[in-house]
Amino acid sequence: MPYRLATPEHSLDATQIREAVSSTTMGYTEEVLWTSQNAVFVLSGYDAVLIFLLLSTAVPILALSLSKLIRPKGASAFKETTYESGIDPRGDSWIQFNIRYYMFALVFVVFDVETVFLYPWAAAFNQLGLLAFVEALIFIAILVIALVYAWRKGALEWT
Amino acid sequence: MAWTTFPFAQTNTDIGGTIAKLLTGIGLPAELALVLGLLTPMLVVVLSVLTGVIMAVWGERNWSGRMQQRWGPTIIGLGGSIQGAADGLKLLVKEDIMPVKADPWLFTLGPAIVIIPVFFSYLVIPFGQGMILSDISIGIFFIIAISSISPIGALMAGYSSNNKYALLGGLRAAAQSLSYEIPLALSVLAVVMMSSSLGTTEIVRQQEPLGIFSWYIWRQPIGFIIFLISALAETERAPFDLPEAESELVAGHHTEYSGMKFALFYLSEYANLILASLMASVLFLGGWSFPIPVEMIAKFAGIDPTTPVFQVGAALLGITVTILKATFFVFLAILARWTLPRVRIDQLLNLGWKFLLPVALFNLLLTATFIQGYRSFFGG
Repeated sequence: MPYRLATPEHSLDATQIREAVSSTTMGYTEEVLWTSQNAVFVLSGYDAVLIFLLLSTAVPILALSLSKLIRPKGASAFKETTYESGIDPRGDSWIQFNIRYYMFALVFVVFDVETVFLYPWAAAFNQLGLLAFVEALIFIAILVIALVYAWRKGALEWT
Repeated sequence: MAWTTFPFAQTNTDIGGTIAKLLTGIGLPAELALVLGLLTPMLVVVLSVLTGVIMAVWGERNWSGRMQQRWGPTIIGLGGSIQGAADGLKLLVKEDIMPVKADPWLFTLGPAIVIIPVFFSYLVIPFGQGMILSDISIGIFFIIAISSISPIGALMAGYSSNNKYALLGGLRAAAQSLSYEIPLALSVLAVVMMSSSLGTTEIVRQQEPLGIFSWYIWRQPIGFIIFLISALAETERAPFDLPEAESELVAGHHTEYSGMKFALFYLSEYANLILASLMASVLFLGGWSFPIPVEMIAKFAGIDPTTPVFQVGAALLGITVTILKATFFVFLAILARWTLPRVRIDQLLNLGWKFLLPVALFNLLLTATFIQGYRSFFGG
């Protein structure tokens, strides 16, 4: 199977990609123009990704600036004190502080990287055959050993 | 392979292209028409999400009211239905209070970083056949990757407030979403494996041919339950609402927030809930697919499935079905919130690491084994 780009009906091989690139640089052909999925970037659909990122960034910016225009200003000093259940705040909260979640975060990194490695394996699983299955089995087994180790060491305890 | 590609030809809608064509028809330059063709569906989605949030807030307040033998909102709009919009409007004109001791930059950036990924994730949610903002091939992976940015915003908000409650809430938010991201990703992985695609549209198409029987919930029951629990935890909803546990941390990481910044947190919470519900219906309940395949209905009724009227009808049915499925999951989350007591932080972490993670790994291997053994049934 050739390398597949985004939409199933657009599985292009290298020459077709090159053609698509040249057609976008030399002016739009009818076809390239009208499939909005395929317009600006060769990896189809990613022009929409960029535009939607800008649009979703605009949501908080618009909301906050609109509110800035119409809301009342000038809070009193009392309002601007830190909330601590009605009493005067004592001390700062930017102090040295035992982050108990630190061990969880470390174990998380291990397993998150594992998941990232497993994604391409899972997506191509049907074409890979038995060998890839056994390989992934060994890969997961190593990580299960790591999990058991972390567990027995008490890294997953809330103490 | 055989039966999933079974009966009918797929139709493809290109909404952006159609709009662009229409706009060039009335005399706009091609490039502008192209951009507008991309922008219009996006604006529709953003506005729909906002409407959905208003509806979800109304649903939640109404149902929680009924469950506690009171009415909930009844005044504004039909049966109180636009109470959420009124609240949003009120928050827009509210004073913005920032503690003097807070870090102003991080304090403002926090809610923005929480909400941007939530909206951005709607990019790859299919609302119907061909009704997706961008059908990129890594759809599901995109959501998993993007949605893990939000907790950074929560942590930022918690830290910058310089408030003890907020700091604890922010740290909890980070720990909780770290812990439940892995089971969530692994349960999604099993579905990816069965459909051998990361694209959301493709995942739904694999569940279409036999209607309700080809939905992944039947072939992935363990994965479905893991996904539900982890998604509930990722959206920080009760019984997993520890980051803002109001009986211990006042309001968690948004204790110090008021006005529009608070509204952004509130909005992102519900938009995230709707996103998770849509994801659950795409992954396990066949997305836009009606329990009986529409082409099959057309065949029995003797209508040609290629006629425009039928196509429009099927598209409308698709959107309705998607929304109904998502509503079901939103309702489930509301029910859970007002029925179950909040768990403790150690119980939460134990559930994630010592139960869901091993079970999710086991489920992944089980799925792989089944695909090896019963390829025609499991291997999409």
